[in-house]
Amino acid sequence: MKAARLWTWHMAAGVVLFFVLGLHMGIMHLGEIGHWFAPYGNLAVSIANSRFRDGMLTFTVGYIALLAIGLFHGLYGLRTMLLELTLRPAMEKAITVFLLILGIGLVGLGTWAAVAAHGVALAGVKG
Amino acid sequence: MAAARHENRIGLWGWIGGGRWGIERYAYSLHRLTGLAVLLYFLLHIVVTSLRAKGIYLWTGSGFFHKPIFRFGEYLVFAAFAYHACNGIRLVLVELGVAIGKPIEPVFPYKTSLRVQRPLLIAVMIVALLLLAAGGYSGLTQ
Amino acid sequence: MQNTRPEQRTIRFHVSRFHPENERGPYVQSYEVPVHEGMTVLDGLHSIKDNLDSTLVWRSSCRMGVCGSCGMLLNGRPGLACTTQILKIAKTDLSVGPLPNFAIIRDLVPDLSSMFDKHRLVHPYVIRADEAEIHDPSGEFYQSAEELEHYLQFTYCIKCGCCMAACPTLATDARYLGPMPLTAAERYNADTRDGGQRERAQVTGSSRGAIRCHYAGECSRVCPKGVDPAKAVQLLKRRLVLDYLHLARKSEPCKKLKGEGSGSVMPKIATAPAHTVEARKEPENLLQHSSSATIHRP
Ligand code: HEM
Ligand code: SF4
Ligand code: SF4
Ligand code: FES
Repeated sequence: MKAARLWTWHMAAGVVLFFVLGLHMGIMHLGEIGHWFAPYGNLAVSIANSRFRDGMLTFTVGYIALLAIGLFHGLYGLRTMLLELTLRPAMEKAITVFLLILGIGLVGLGTWAAVAAHGVALAGVKG
Repeated sequence: MAAARHENRIGLWGWIGGGRWGIERYAYSLHRLTGLAVLLYFLLHIVVTSLRAKGIYLWTGSGFFHKPIFRFGEYLVFAAFAYHACNGIRLVLVELGVAIGKPIEPVFPYKTSLRVQRPLLIAVMIVALLLLAAGGYSGLTQ
Repeated sequence: MQNTRPEQRTIRFHVSRFHPENERGPYVQSYEVPVHEGMTVLDGLHSIKDNLDSTLVWRSSCRMGVCGSCGMLLNGRPGLACTTQILKIAKTDLSVGPLPNFAIIRDLVPDLSSMFDKHRLVHPYVIRADEAEIHDPSGEFYQSAEELEHYLQFTYCIKCGCCMAACPTLATDARYLGPMPLTAAERYNADTRDGGQRERAQVTGSSRGAIRCHYAGECSRVCPKGVDPAKAVQLLKRRLVLDYLHLARKSEPCKKLKGEGSGSVMPKIATAPAHTVEARKEPENLLQHSSSATIHRP
């Protein structure tokens, strides 16, 4: 049953990604059309606009959530493919552990960056 | 001579199929390929965007990330994402038993669940194509 | 006898040959076979054996799509030799091989035992708390015609293995149960007389179970009996997910006719004959014979 449970979350993560990642792409690349969350000029991904979003707590939290959900979905998917190659159980275990460490590491990196960027942006507003 | 056991397992080629297979098999192969492509991009994306915390904004200015070849690569990733996302929604529905129909009495010529979900497959492919067109338009005008 | 039939044609059969005791691997041998309209691939093989090469080996029995013995790879597609018309799939050439994803016993004979071992793992029989009632029934179980429809389609499976040969996951994953055993599991899960879903979920919900299916749909495309295994596997996944999320409708295995205790066996029904085959115990241990198929207990 454990495998089916994890798979349930993989599917759920896919659905969440569909909406959240859609929003993310809309905000980042439809700058000329929408100007959502991009008050400084046309380019949504300019440094000024990027700082602006980093200063909003919603974005900081959103980035971290997107990071975790995306990594879980993607790395679980990669694991799915690797576990369908009839590898030795020890190898499968090693793959699971490696992907787990990779995922946690990248969530750590991204979380640190999102929080630090939030701090930088707020300091910029104050200073 | 001892009997030689021949497993006769198709191997990785079996993931792609040999050309006599149906559209759902290719949808499956492409879903795997695009999933991997988007994952690879995502891993790099995390590292590149994390550098902004140190004040390094690699995607601004006019470096490698603005060469047409990179822009085209980015478009390919977007295309992979658009396909994967749309097909993914179909898979979620189908794999949870929605849109495949109820068990029926098998009467020749057999009609399978593949036929029941085929309109959904076509619909999500149309949405993916529309997204591709919109993405291409937006990319060219930027 | 001269050919009087208009539709007579010569088809080159490219048949996979392999004798494990004499050869290292399979090779292809070609035969020119006179074929007329109405001949099945099985007829063609008989024609080769009778007239051209008596050493050719395959497995068949009923020659009418019932026994499930003659699954083969016909022009790259799994199907039954006895229900496939030669002229429907071949103009000049026809390749005939053993079902892939199964070890070869000889020539066109696949070793289906890996499939049968997996079939056993899903406990493909009615499981109830009142087990005595199954072995020594005191009455009939109540099941409506509509309830029968929930699983009837999946009972038509003849265990030919064509679906297993077509499945892309099984092309690389020796441990995956595969469409046929999972369909059998869903056939019993959907049976209102059964209460064994949780027990089966130990293996159908494991890492070798239903989640290894990605709806490539090949199994349903090749199934010669219209069983639609891909449908059964998705319904099984739905069951696993709903059960996990506690969204499944609560249901008890059905009672005997007209309420518990009141149904009775019809008079003059003969008692079941004694078992002719001894049930094999501990199928889990059996799987360890083949090198690659180890069990992951969840
Ligand atoms: C945008 C919304 C997305 C949806 C709706 C979605 C949906 C799905 C679904 C339903 C599956 C399971 C297929 C199956 O096992 O049958 C899947 C697999 C996969 N996804 Fe996604 N996905 C999305 C985004 C992503 C992203 C952003 C990545 C990369 C980081 C990704 C990487 C993968 C990978 C590697 C697989 C494994 C492919 C396989 O097992 O066949 N997906 N996706
Ligand atoms: S599901 Fe169909 S293809 Fe598979 S074993 Fe049963 S009859 Fe054969
Ligand atoms: S639908 Fe699932 S079980 Fe059937 S061939 Fe495809 S992957 Fe295998
Ligand atoms: S010989 Fe029985 S199914 Fe073909």
